[in-house]
Amino acid sequence: MQIHETENETDGSIDLMINMGPQHPSTHGVFRLVIWVDGERIIKSEPHIGYLHRGSEKICESEHYSQIVTLFDRMDYVGNLNSELAFCLATEKIMDVCVPERAEYIRVILCELNRVASHMLFYGVYGLDAGAMTPILYAFREREKIQNLFESVTGARMMHNYIRIGGVKENLPRDFQQRLHEVLEHLKRGIEECDALISKNEMFLARTKGVGAISGADAIDFGVTGPALRASGVVEDIRVTDPYSIYDRFDFNIPVGTYGDCWDRFYVRVEEMRESVKIIEQAARDLPEGDISAAVRRIVRPPKGEVFVRTESPRGDLAVFLVSDGTDTPYRVKVRAPSFANLQALEQMLQGAYLADAVLILGSIDLIMGEVDR
Amino acid sequence: MIGDIIGFIGGLAVTLKSTWREPVTAEYPESDKRLNLEERYMGFPALTWDGDVEEPYCTGCMVCIRECPTQCMTAEMKDNPLYPEESRRRKIVDTFEINLGRCIICGICVDVCSFDAIEMSHEHELSKYERNGNRVDLQSLISMGRSYQQKVGWEPKNPGKNRGTPQVEENSQSAINDAEVTDSRSGEPMEGDECPDL
Repeated sequence: MQIHETENETDGSIDLMINMGPQHPSTHGVFRLVIWVDGERIIKSEPHIGYLHRGSEKICESEHYSQIVTLFDRMDYVGNLNSELAFCLATEKIMDVCVPERAEYIRVILCELNRVASHMLFYGVYGLDAGAMTPILYAFREREKIQNLFESVTGARMMHNYIRIGGVKENLPRDFQQRLHEVLEHLKRGIEECDALISKNEMFLARTKGVGAISGADAIDFGVTGPALRASGVVEDIRVTDPYSIYDRFDFNIPVGTYGDCWDRFYVRVEEMRESVKIIEQAARDLPEGDISAAVRRIVRPPKGEVFVRTESPRGDLAVFLVSDGTDTPYRVKVRAPSFANLQALEQMLQGAYLADAVLILGSIDLIMGEVDR
Repeated sequence: MIGDIIGFIGGLAVTLKSTWREPVTAEYPESDKRLNLEERYMGFPALTWDGDVEEPYCTGCMVCIRECPTQCMTAEMKDNPLYPEESRRRKIVDTFEINLGRCIICGICVDVCSFDAIEMSHEHELSKYERNGNRVDLQSLISMGRSYQQKVGWEPKNPGKNRGTPQVEENSQSAINDAEVTDSRSGEPMEGDECPDL
């Protein structure tokens, strides 16, 4: 940490400027946060982003549609399948492709598993942020099961390139249902264990309750979406309010917090894991037989036009704005990344908090820097 | 206060339960403690070997090179000296290089290949000390592919079209010429896929 001193103009005391990052272990990537403190209280903060900027949106303009899916894998690298889905939905919408039923169900099952894996990672890392070493070991044990299942389906543990324009890459392996059942049984026990481990722990509650609170109205004004918004008591989940794919067929609840503090943001995600398991069970029960991909040519040339598609990624409202000029590469791809929008509320959350809580507040937004910088 | 203590004890009970359990972690470098690879595991791409005619399946048609998102491959083709007596392949790959340090293991090259010539092998532990230590040539790609073929009992997905052994009864030459200019999925000629002259 670099430390600078400046004189406070109002009372003549000395304010410290503290540079947190870009290589700080608790910033979940390369992210720099400049904090001004008066004593132990944060009076001002300023996020600096761009250290992981790879120009993904610009690269999209020179790649074929089928190649862009690999770039979307690398934007949100914890919820890969959800990012892939957002781009494929946008392309399918502009081409007016009807995706086969079975492919839709496979997508939902894998995306929800990915959501659980992502929230599991958040759970473990948030334990570390709060100073607890145990949760991450439990979280990784559960996440490993999900990733093994992904490996058996997609061939990769993280960068799948499995969801394709018009469907999915290949059919599920023969023993998928049985393995999925085992993973779900394991997950249900695991989620309860994880919940019992720290959610009601007195020290954890003391660190997170009432810290970094943001009201629902403020959160909406900042453009916060996903679990961070629902923690503030706003019922907004695109899977329910603006359903895409086949999410309108499943019966699940939207977990909502009350105060919008760090504990609410943490617990909304724990609850969401339970709801995701419910969705997976329903989808696995109804999984139909049939085609896994629509007849789409390898080099896709969508008609001229533009589409805007919103999906609910593990971190919030992941939207893709796609402009096609009729050639085999898109004219423009704009990604509305949930992490980037959620980051904007950080300054408000940090205002007046203790310096020691800065890491906890930052962690509770669940930032993925690959998505913020793109 | 009582509630807080109960929450704390609940957490302790979870850790206590795992005290007598077998460890779930595997200590990686030990050979018997590695994770098993799934059948579909995608490692680095490798070229397959046609054991019947002792030549690679690859004809050097360059479709994987054009479709690769990172442009990590190069290839050249030549006239096949074994054609037409021993092999149906008129053209055969001459040189093939993949910069595996640049490969992102997306599997697009396997999807677009019309000749079953490239496969995602199970090879993945390829750390090198030099920056370009992972530029692999045709020979090492084929040896990667052969060990993969042996390991999984690989068979071509489209044997009628892609096997190299000359079939007297069929009009085999036209079959392989057609394969060069058609898209494997739709069967229509692709506008963007101009094929090198045969």
